[in-house]
Amino acid sequence: MTDIPVDHLQDEAAETTATVRRVQRKMAPIVPAQNIAGRALVLVIAIMTFLSCLTFGAVTLVRDTASVWENQISREATVQIKPVEGLDMEAALAQASQIAGEFPGVTGTKIVDRDATARLLEPWLGTGLNIDELPVPRLIVVTIDEANPPDFAAMRAAITPKLPSAALDDHRTWVDRLVAMAHTTVTIGFAVLALILSATVLTVVFATRGAMAGNGHIIEVLHFVGAEARFIAREFRWHFLVTGMKGAAAGGAAAIAVFIVFSWWSSRNMATPQADQATALFGNFAIGSTGYLGVGLMVLVIGALTAATSHATVVAYLSDIDIRQPEAG
Amino acid sequence: MIRFENVGLRYGMGPEILRDISLHIPERSFQFLSGPSGAGKTTLLRLLFMSLKPTRGLITIFGKDRSRISRGELPLLRRRIGVVFQDFRLLDHMTTYENVALPLRVRGREEANYRTDVTELLKWVGLGDRMHVLPPVLSGGEKQRAAIARALIEQPEILLADEPTGNVDPPLARRLLRLFIELNRLGTAVVIATHDLGLMEQVDARRMILAGGRLDVYD
Ligand SMILES: Nc1ncnc2c1ncn2[C@@H]1O[C@H](COP(=O)(O)OP(=O)(O)OP(=O)(O)O)[C@@H](O)[C@H]1O
Ligand SMILES: [Mg+2]
Repeated sequence: MTDIPVDHLQDEAAETTATVRRVQRKMAPIVPAQNIAGRALVLVIAIMTFLSCLTFGAVTLVRDTASVWENQISREATVQIKPVEGLDMEAALAQASQIAGEFPGVTGTKIVDRDATARLLEPWLGTGLNIDELPVPRLIVVTIDEANPPDFAAMRAAITPKLPSAALDDHRTWVDRLVAMAHTTVTIGFAVLALILSATVLTVVFATRGAMAGNGHIIEVLHFVGAEARFIAREFRWHFLVTGMKGAAAGGAAAIAVFIVFSWWSSRNMATPQADQATALFGNFAIGSTGYLGVGLMVLVIGALTAATSHATVVAYLSDIDIRQPEAG
Repeated sequence: MIRFENVGLRYGMGPEILRDISLHIPERSFQFLSGPSGAGKTTLLRLLFMSLKPTRGLITIFGKDRSRISRGELPLLRRRIGVVFQDFRLLDHMTTYENVALPLRVRGREEANYRTDVTELLKWVGLGDRMHVLPPVLSGGEKQRAAIARALIEQPEILLADEPTGNVDPPLARRLLRLFIELNRLGTAVVIATHDLGLMEQVDARRMILAGGRLDVYD
């Protein structure tokens, strides 16, 4: 220990604080960091955070896409007329086309003529068939003003009484099915997220219990010198807060890196067929600000969760040994 | 200060190690606790230190019924008691200085306020030049003195020492004994568990002898 020089009384205060700071910095932590299985835990937490962030990113992506689908109105609808006994197909087509065309919001109607229908069926039925001999349904394509879509229900109500074999398809069913699937995916995503978070909590519980057991001799001595449970818990909590934050930050950073690479990849390959497919499904891969915000949130949640979990575990452990003490050696 | 009435203790389902122990440790008293190895000296000290609960009988510590002391009260009561363990219980990752300062640290004291006290005490027990080494490189006697210093640093109301001279040579043992007597004069009650007859002969003090689970007190 450095002794304070008595002949420099005026410097004493400054010297003392300097010495104190020097000594304080040197003071060993009560629970040495290397006693806590730090690295493996940091890695596990990083992986868990990474997975949570990816799940969260995917969930936001799917949810955003689904809401776009939900609000998107198809540019076209189709009226399909099935041939039935005694129906004059051409007249029916003209009538349906006329009814549909009168609706506000419809920009035009187009009857798919015989040749076009035959061409549509060619891949299945081969060439040279006489379409009149087959009961082939015929189509009318109704183009729609997207900004001001027509009332499909009213249109259906206007057509069906006059032409019972006509069916109006506004493609809603297909979109509804996609949206339902997207919602299911989102639900599954949240379930996965919940599982990952639970697994993280359990991992931290085990790690904390392990660390406590491994530092039993320190806890015992702290008890004997009159340390309160609060004091002991604080010593451990600090370690786990640092560990949790380190892991969570690393995992979050990795997830953000993945997001950035994805959006870079999707913007670079805008024109390629794969990218077009992906874009068709998910818009572009840009994880919006929600996604990045979510990563930040996830990092905080996991860091806080780690600290809270280890604190609760430490407190439970400490009250446990106090109860066990009469029997224990 | 501490009173036992018909105290009995067994570990788990084992035999009763202590039977019908009745004793009183007054304030500022000085006593030896002796008896053959395995007689239960350490066990009795653990009862005094509240790290064990008696299986029967009544213990009153600082005027409180032991069975009514809650977990939350325990730390504050333990701060009034200094203990020297037979196996020292020093923390290997802390220097001698830090080990001795530990009781002050857990009380939330500022290092600046106790540094000179710790240094002086360490010099007094002859560890002035071993202050910044870790316990694993200390000799048995040096560890013992560090453990004693840790128990004394807060001037406890009662000091419980388990074989405090077991690892030191007779001159140093005498010096440590003088330290305990000095501490006693300053107002600390002292209980020294030992089977060192030579040590006991140096002081005319109360002797409590444990044998066969029973305690005989010779004033
Ligand atoms: N945690 C424990 N569980 C079970 N039995 C124990 C435990 N601790 C001590 N004992 C037993 O209690 C008896 C008394 O032990 P204790 O350590 O109190 O003796 P001691 O008088 O301090 O002996 P020594 O002089 O060798 O230190 C011994 O027979 C010992 O085996
Ligand atoms: Mg013993």
